[in-house]
Amino acid sequence: MVPRPWRVLGRRQETRDTFTLELEPVGGGDMRFGPGQFNMLYVFGVGEVPISISGDPARPACLVHTVRAVGSVTAAVCRLRRGDVLGVRGPFGHGWPVAEAAGEDVVIVAGGIGLAPLRPALYHLLAAREKYGRVVLLYGARTPQDLLYAREIERWRGRFDLDVQVTVDAATGGWRGNVGVVTTLIPGARFDPPHAVALICGPEVMMRFTIRELQARGVGPARMFISMERNMQCALGFCGHCQFGPAFVCRDGPVFRFDRIQGMFGVREI
Amino acid sequence: MLRVSGRPRLEAVPVPRERGPDPRSDGGPIEAGVKPGYIDHRSVCMSGPSLQPGDRVAVGRDMLQRLFDALRGAGYRLVGPTFRDRAVVLEEIASAGDLPAGWGDEQDGGVYRLRQRGDGALFGGAAGPQSWKKFLHVPARRLWRARRGPSGITVEEEGGDAPRFAFIGVRACDLHAIAIQDRVFLQGTYADPAYRARREQAFLVAVNCGQAGGTCFCVSMGTGPKATSGFDLALTEIADGAHRFVVEVGTARGAEVMREVPHRPAQAEDLAEADAVVARAAGQMGRAMEASGLRDLLVTNPEHPRWEQVAARCLTCGNCTMVCPTCFCTTVEEVSDLGGESAERWQRWDSCFTMDFSYLHGGSVRASARSRYRQWMTHKLATWIDQFGTSGCVGCGRCITWCPVGIDITEEVRAIRGGAPGGAGDGEVKDDAHA
Ligand SMILES: Cc1cc2nc3c(=O)[nH]c(=O)nc-3n(C[C@H](O)[C@H](O)[C@H](O)COP(=O)(O)OP(=O)(O)OC[C@H]3O[C@@H](n4cnc5c(N)ncnc54)[C@H](O)[C@@H]3O)c2cc1C
Ligand code: SF4
Ligand code: SF4
Repeated sequence: MVPRPWRVLGRRQETRDTFTLELEPVGGGDMRFGPGQFNMLYVFGVGEVPISISGDPARPACLVHTVRAVGSVTAAVCRLRRGDVLGVRGPFGHGWPVAEAAGEDVVIVAGGIGLAPLRPALYHLLAAREKYGRVVLLYGARTPQDLLYAREIERWRGRFDLDVQVTVDAATGGWRGNVGVVTTLIPGARFDPPHAVALICGPEVMMRFTIRELQARGVGPARMFISMERNMQCALGFCGHCQFGPAFVCRDGPVFRFDRIQGMFGVREI
Repeated sequence: MLRVSGRPRLEAVPVPRERGPDPRSDGGPIEAGVKPGYIDHRSVCMSGPSLQPGDRVAVGRDMLQRLFDALRGAGYRLVGPTFRDRAVVLEEIASAGDLPAGWGDEQDGGVYRLRQRGDGALFGGAAGPQSWKKFLHVPARRLWRARRGPSGITVEEEGGDAPRFAFIGVRACDLHAIAIQDRVFLQGTYADPAYRARREQAFLVAVNCGQAGGTCFCVSMGTGPKATSGFDLALTEIADGAHRFVVEVGTARGAEVMREVPHRPAQAEDLAEADAVVARAAGQMGRAMEASGLRDLLVTNPEHPRWEQVAARCLTCGNCTMVCPTCFCTTVEEVSDLGGESAERWQRWDSCFTMDFSYLHGGSVRASARSRYRQWMTHKLATWIDQFGTSGCVGCGRCITWCPVGIDITEEVRAIRGGAPGGAGDGEVKDDAHA
């Protein structure tokens, strides 16, 4: 499976090292995807990396990725300009259970770049808002400068059918919001634990503590979903790098129902 | 060519810690003394009633070349055991004269040594360092070529004709290994077209083992020493007395090829001798491994102290994964020309023993040798079953032979079964293996 060329339509700087790219397919077409799925992005002469789709599933002709420059390939993706072309393979993997969550409260807990794969889920929930109970977004970043989608978050905050709570680990400048890790928002969040579904993405430690707090509120392990990250070279289940116990994260994940991986999640270096 | 992102390469052929005599030092492989006259080929049925899968016939040793000629005539490139670097490796062969006639091997933890058998057997060794995966799931291949042009980039998938190989001398364990890789590459969510193209064309001539190696345990894994399925033809070599082969036809394609090879119906005596050959190998297994309940044993023991103990010996060299006939992991590498106008994406074998394998921004998931050895063994013997419905181990013993420190997977299983750290003497390093 070889990459298809997509052209950069727009590029927006989110934070110091994170950019959102909007792409259109060279020669037309679109990409239908489910919230939580990912693509392999290929930069000519540099390499290929797995990146979640962060756009609106209802707009398949416009592919959106939010990328943090942490190494050679992601830095090259972030350097692309309007008009540049990159290769895309996908979409891959199993995403968030947005259909199964109908009728339930939905709690989204995101840490840092972890909001990127959750944004399509939020778009989906908002587009079919009447199908869900309460919808809560709890989002944490290191500093106010590290918050993704700042203007959009402002708009979401203004909606009375969505409860948005944002926190930063360390306040800077004129920050007047919450200070503390994202898990500190869980005890006060308004949702009905036995009828809630939690969608969680962030660094593994953050997910660990989030699960603990949600469990303390009475959310069962079969109602919690987490998106796992592992090294991936192919996204087809062949390269073997993304193995997580019996699972191939690229194929069986990246989103897992927590009770299905609970036994392994606590094991170091698995 | 400029390597943009390189990694240290793993060698496909590990260097043995101890080396046997160079069979070429005394003038190249010794031709077996062909004992003429056993089969009168003037009277054989070349155009008699056509053979069916399941039929068994006998051919003389000198008729092996006729089989090779028939395969060549059918457009196959022959690959089989031959000498290189003081080992029996799998390479293209020109004729039956390239087979290591009269040579066997001695294998133990970290030990591989060729030895003269004292007969003219052509397939007298056990599994060598290489397996057939190097021809089906190749060590390195180009996935695609990309070119920068006026309208962006164009990506061209690697296509082309796959070679048509006839594998000569596939052991039962390796037949199972091929079937396991079929599940990996052909029966999942996606299929690998490069593997499929090579696999579909390959003609498999199996050989039933007549001599087990010192590290073999196929009987434990239920994979040998007799080839029971998955072959086009299966040979049993009878090297004592009149040197001949009993040939079992596995497929219509195999029957077709046998039409070209003078043969006669196998007689009761041939069949009895062939069965005795296989029974002898089955009774000679150098190792044993209790396979029942292994999945649960390993999956429920990620914190067993034995992992720490084996990690103290393991060099994380990855030899065990390179020689394993079922290990399938790969990495990719981007290679671009200096002008920056074209780039190629290459896939290479990789091993879960490298640090890079589980690398994420910030560090490797499996940083310790303990976790990497655990991944290898747990994957091979346990989570493989969840993933592909079969164990990933066929009992060929290569990982034991080619481990430079002689770590023995059967011993590690015993130690974890034993429960007690170190498994009451079970875990001792077998120094006598290197004596
Ligand atoms: C399913 C999934 C979704 C992801 N979604 C996003 C996203 O939306 N936005 C974003 O910024 N990042 C995302 N990541 C992380 C992103 O893939 C890595 O940051 C990226 O691979 C780093 O590559 P690099 O070459 O820039 O860095 P280097 O550190 O130079 O990486 C070297 C090699 O290690 C591998 N590697 C390193 N870190 C990771 C990692 N975290 N995950 C997988 N492989 C890694 C890469 O294959 C790369 O070839 C996602 C990862 C996964 C598995
Ligand atoms: S993860 Fe390790 S043991 Fe499993 S197939 Fe890959 S290299 Fe072999
Ligand atoms: S077990 Fe042996 S062969 Fe495998 S990585 Fe360790 S030292 Fe190398």
